[in-house]
Amino acid sequence: MSAVANPTRAAREDTPRSPQAGAPVVRLHDVHKSFGALKVLDGVSLDVGPGEVAAIIGQSGSGKSTALRCINALETIQQGTIHVCGHAIHDPQLDRRALRRDVGIVFQSYNLFPHLTAEQNIMLAPTCVKGMTKAQARELAREVLSHVGLAEKAEHYPEQLSGGQQQRVAIARSLAMRPKLMLFDEVTSALDPQLTGEVLKVMENLAREGMTMILVTHEMAFARKVASKVVYMHRGRVWETGTGAMLDDPQTPELRAFIGNGL
Amino acid sequence: MTYQFDFAALLPYWPEFVHGLWLTLQLSAMATVLGFIVGTLCAIGRADGPPAVKWAVAAYVEVIRNTPLLVQIFLVYFGIATLGFRIGANTAAVAALVVNVGAYTCEIVRAGLESVHKAQLEAADCLGLSRVQTYWHVVLRPAVERVYPALTSQYVLLMLASSITSQISAEELTAVANRVQSDTFRSFETYIVVGLLYLLLSFVVRIAFWLVGLGVFVRRRKLGTAL
Ligand SMILES: Nc1ncnc2c1ncn2[C@@H]1O[C@H](COP(=O)(O)OP(=O)(O)O)[C@@H](O)[C@H]1O
Ligand SMILES: [Mg+2]
Repeated sequence: MSAVANPTRAAREDTPRSPQAGAPVVRLHDVHKSFGALKVLDGVSLDVGPGEVAAIIGQSGSGKSTALRCINALETIQQGTIHVCGHAIHDPQLDRRALRRDVGIVFQSYNLFPHLTAEQNIMLAPTCVKGMTKAQARELAREVLSHVGLAEKAEHYPEQLSGGQQQRVAIARSLAMRPKLMLFDEVTSALDPQLTGEVLKVMENLAREGMTMILVTHEMAFARKVASKVVYMHRGRVWETGTGAMLDDPQTPELRAFIGNGL
Repeated sequence: MTYQFDFAALLPYWPEFVHGLWLTLQLSAMATVLGFIVGTLCAIGRADGPPAVKWAVAAYVEVIRNTPLLVQIFLVYFGIATLGFRIGANTAAVAALVVNVGAYTCEIVRAGLESVHKAQLEAADCLGLSRVQTYWHVVLRPAVERVYPALTSQYVLLMLASSITSQISAEELTAVANRVQSDTFRSFETYIVVGLLYLLLSFVVRIAFWLVGLGVFVRRRKLGTAL
């Protein structure tokens, strides 16, 4: 009743004041994951609130990708709990299709469908999963393509696009599903510096628009600038957590060494 | 010793030859469509099915590839009759050809499926596509595009092999030829004509596959590059 009587006030209360406010979109608690005898995640806990941008950094092999894949139910965990947008990922009864509507993921290798144009790549999920008509989906595709600065490339096939453009189409393809959370796994690692810049720009805009994001990245400058939370992973653990400032003042020798090597 | 060719003796039979041509085309077209569906489903079952399905498909493929087509045709024809079903020779012929070409298609398409990177499946999964949608929209077209030349050859072979179904008196080109030569006693001429007609049919099948390819593999038509 009161919400109806005073909608502006209710709305304001629902809107997070700062990135950290509100129930977490992602909550990992004591997550353990092994591949056979290889322990890859060794008790990872992590909270990401609505509108937060969490950057996961760390050496190759420290479990960053695995953590991201566990969040998106691409791997099953042996111990611990993961909650994502209200879905209990660790629950064997997890409704994967419902999860897929809430979470988008972009990989280092783009993974565009090579036989479809940029526009068709984007239209596929909205038509298949959300039952949109072709016309609606095409309009949506044009919209998200403009969003990533590629409106004029709608009819191009992936092989006709540069790596940076392909990656932006991949981001647009995820955005077309209107996810509540976006995951990025080293999305610029295969790109040269100039193309990296155009992709980071798109991600920075997304962050500014309030998208909740978790990104695995080697771009320290980007993490420092855009991330509200930086997570340093080492040997399958969250070794150090902080804001971007943490990168200027590492507390652990491991992070200090990592930053030293990385720059 | 000189042989006097007499093609004129065959002239009155041209409507029969045309009819035989048409029947072979029909038989092959049906076997092609059904064989492709059977073979593709088997390939998916073998690549992605439960262990029992994988095993069953593997056994089917091995049995078919290591037995003569003629024996397969007899087995289907007499086997179905023995089970108490009454089917015509032509239906049995199509069934036998489907069983045969399904196995070869399965192997070819399986190679195509394996060429599609796992990451493509994962991307489709992450977008929320179901298994069936993933195969239909993401996997099948690139997979088939990559093995399309091999498939084309296989279905030309199928059309040629359909001549063997004359052995169960299916109505097709070779059966017509057998009748004509026993009427006219011009065996050599008859089979020369039939050979040329099969050559023509092979050409028709290749053209048909090429046209279908143009329609289905739009990217290839527009860019002219291999996947
Ligand atoms: N599917 C898998 N099977 C076996 N080992 C794996 C698999 N995925 C990752 N690993 C191993 O897990 C460890 C962590 O991998 P990953 O999460 O990809 O690290 P990062 O992304 O930080 O480089 C590595 O040693 C890697 O070899
Ligand atoms: Mg990784």
